[in-house]
Amino acid sequence: MSNRKAGYRALTTHRLFWPVAVLVVMLAANTVYRPGFLSVQMRDGHLYGSLIDILRLSAPLILVALGMTLVIATGGIDLSVGSLCAISGAIACLHISRQPDQNDLGGVLTALALGLGVALVLGAWNGVLVAVIGIQPIIATLILMVAGRGLAQLITEGQILTINSGPYKAIGVGHLLTLPLAIFLALAAATVVAVVTRRTALGLMIESVGGNARASRLAGIRSGRITFLVYVISAACAAVAGFMMTANVSSADGNAAGLWVELDAILAVVIGGTSLAGGRFSLSGTILGALLIQTLTTTVYAMNISPQTSLLFKAVVVIAVCLIQAPGFRARFARRRAPAAAPAPVSEQPKEQVPA
Amino acid sequence: MTGSHPVLTMTGISKSFPGVRALDNVAFRLFPGEVHALMGENGAGKSTLIKVLTGVYGTDEGTVTLGGEQVSFTGPMQATAAGVSTVYQEVNLCTNLSVAENIFIGREPRRLGAVRWSEMRRRARSLLARLDLDIDVNAQLGSYSLAVQQMVAIARAIDIEARVLVLDEPTSSLDAGEVAQLFRVMRQLRDDGIAILFVTHFLDQVYGIADRITVLRNGQLVGEYATSELPQLGLVEKMIGKELRVLERLDEHPRHDPADRAEGTPLLDARELGRRSAVAPFSLTIHEGEVVGLAGLLGSGRTEVARLLFGADRADHGSVRVHGSPTSLRTPVAAIARGIGFCSENRRAEGVIAELSVRENIILALQAARGWLRPVPRRRQDELVERYVRALSIRPADPDIPVGNLSGGNQQKVLLARWLITEPRLLILDEPTRGIDIGAKTEIQRLVAQLSDGGMAVLFVSAELEEVLRLSHRIAVMRDREMVTQLTNDESVDADRIMQSIAAGAGQEGMPS
Repeated sequence: MSNRKAGYRALTTHRLFWPVAVLVVMLAANTVYRPGFLSVQMRDGHLYGSLIDILRLSAPLILVALGMTLVIATGGIDLSVGSLCAISGAIACLHISRQPDQNDLGGVLTALALGLGVALVLGAWNGVLVAVIGIQPIIATLILMVAGRGLAQLITEGQILTINSGPYKAIGVGHLLTLPLAIFLALAAATVVAVVTRRTALGLMIESVGGNARASRLAGIRSGRITFLVYVISAACAAVAGFMMTANVSSADGNAAGLWVELDAILAVVIGGTSLAGGRFSLSGTILGALLIQTLTTTVYAMNISPQTSLLFKAVVVIAVCLIQAPGFRARFARRRAPAAAPAPVSEQPKEQVPA
Repeated sequence: MTGSHPVLTMTGISKSFPGVRALDNVAFRLFPGEVHALMGENGAGKSTLIKVLTGVYGTDEGTVTLGGEQVSFTGPMQATAAGVSTVYQEVNLCTNLSVAENIFIGREPRRLGAVRWSEMRRRARSLLARLDLDIDVNAQLGSYSLAVQQMVAIARAIDIEARVLVLDEPTSSLDAGEVAQLFRVMRQLRDDGIAILFVTHFLDQVYGIADRITVLRNGQLVGEYATSELPQLGLVEKMIGKELRVLERLDEHPRHDPADRAEGTPLLDARELGRRSAVAPFSLTIHEGEVVGLAGLLGSGRTEVARLLFGADRADHGSVRVHGSPTSLRTPVAAIARGIGFCSENRRAEGVIAELSVRENIILALQAARGWLRPVPRRRQDELVERYVRALSIRPADPDIPVGNLSGGNQQKVLLARWLITEPRLLILDEPTRGIDIGAKTEIQRLVAQLSDGGMAVLFVSAELEEVLRLSHRIAVMRDREMVTQLTNDESVDADRIMQSIAAGAGQEGMPS
């Protein structure tokens, strides 16, 4: 009995228990509302269904949020990712539109390299502003958030640039092994980021710099390099997300591509349990957060919630997730519900041991 | 004071945390108009008892009576309102606000909801005058030293009409003059009838001011004593529950032979090194296997010297040679590359990374030196961490818990371990024993002696002269941001002599060039 109780406690106090629970509840609600929600069908050798759609549509957000996780873990923030999506997408589309044969694979690859390259340069710009010049991250990246939209529109000359390229379109809507290609791209990006941070010491150093920058400097960490690096990684992730977004609609819209994605990404990171103050980060938490946000968006559409109230609905769910995740809020709730219960196992963090 | 009723009585107090019985049936009495020292090693339950008293924690068992009425505080605000004010060891103020704002934050004098700023400043000035502290109440608190910040915290506490004043290690960052100033204030408050509960690690201070002593050990009450009836040695024995064999063993450690250490090319040779508005140019050599003590009052420039030699601050004057070759220690990275390690006096802000695990904290400097592309293999991490957790008896011995959950002494040992695994040739220790219990302190002192026997050079910065004298081969004395003299630690040198140097200043020993 006590064993099972302890197991239950370990489960409910796990970092990711509540986001997972909310995700499950949302999926269940969808299923009740629309019994066919969970079904997945095979059509023309491809799998179709709401679940597949959610996975496919959340891919760009997952990408952006992965980079954002690292930036936030250093105690920074990157507001420019939405603009970076638009810029990289616009550059790729522009290059393809000038090809005599838009379906030429070589041309598409050059376009991707160009888009990625420009994003890396802009990420380095962010990194220099923050790590070398010492501007606060929110201001430093705000510059590119605003100016970047203008840059994207300059590239597309204020028009919506439409292309007709099979290989490029595949990034957004193509399939591989019956599943959308975008899912594999997101998965690959997550694997790369995980390997780069956890198989090397980069993750430890990011957490160290974010946890205590002064102490990290005195331990000999070149925190400037680490900070610079995370902004470049974030830009790279945003670029790939930008390719996906523009490929999805086969056009580049400097105004609309990636609009407000930085806010969803920050939200995904926070829901995933990474503190905005920096320090410990969780990539799996971030991915879960991104899936949760996309499921929420899909739910709003699927349930025919009127556009006027859909934003409000989203906000309520997000607030609920954040609240039940907060140890302080849960502690208060648990106390009120069970005042007689002996030391309530409510705190996520271990209580201060033998305070000296 | 005797014969009156206690203002505060705590009886049968028990408090458990998961896995730990922090307090076990503890009793405590406090009379009006007395200074009562609460003594015990780290983890003895002092802080827990204080937190129970001030309502930070609830109790599992037991009663608290204040002024004859049974009370049960559910939070610090309630305790403060009832007349129990607390000043904690770590200054809990907002350094970005002004001095006056800090004193009155949360209870600003108001009229119709608007803060009466001039009234607030006037009252702040008069409060600080009571503490003999002449500072600008409009200035940002952060612009003053930690010591002054501590006094401001006390001013804040005594402004609330306190019957009981709890001072939790208020002196750990104060120098001798400031301690005397604080004691003057404490005596004045005591004579006003306030009961003062005083926690400190400095035994001398207990005998300097306390009327009575309560000793805790492992969460249990050892006893309550009149200070005059308990000799210092007896107190220490009651605190650690065994005789002072450890301490004696360290004292038996042969006084070092400085002569044969100070030969050959020095490991580090700083010439006229200085930094404007931090420390005047000084010259200092440190040889292999030598312990150089850096003595001086708080704010005398001790820490500034240490930081210059580690590259934590950049020198704007002079030069440094390491092993005879000229070099510049412009950044910590440069200093580390030349085999120098540095433990800051400010453990929490500049030492440990609280949310990272003990393991991660220990390997951090080694990992930083290797760069992020070459992670320390997990097996090697385990090996190193296990070895140093055992060698330094870091407790709890679980390398995967966040270092922030450890006591101060154990955090300090983690920092030592962080540098020791990098195998530095020179280790700079800035106040490594401040605010930690006597057992851990002895262990760290013994470690320093061992390291120097093994050939490592140590620059040992400490406010405690006894400690500097016990460990150092040579002692450099700082005063007013200037290195006034360097003494070879032979039989002729004692605490008095150093005190004289600190007081009298330059021109006695002839500083090398």
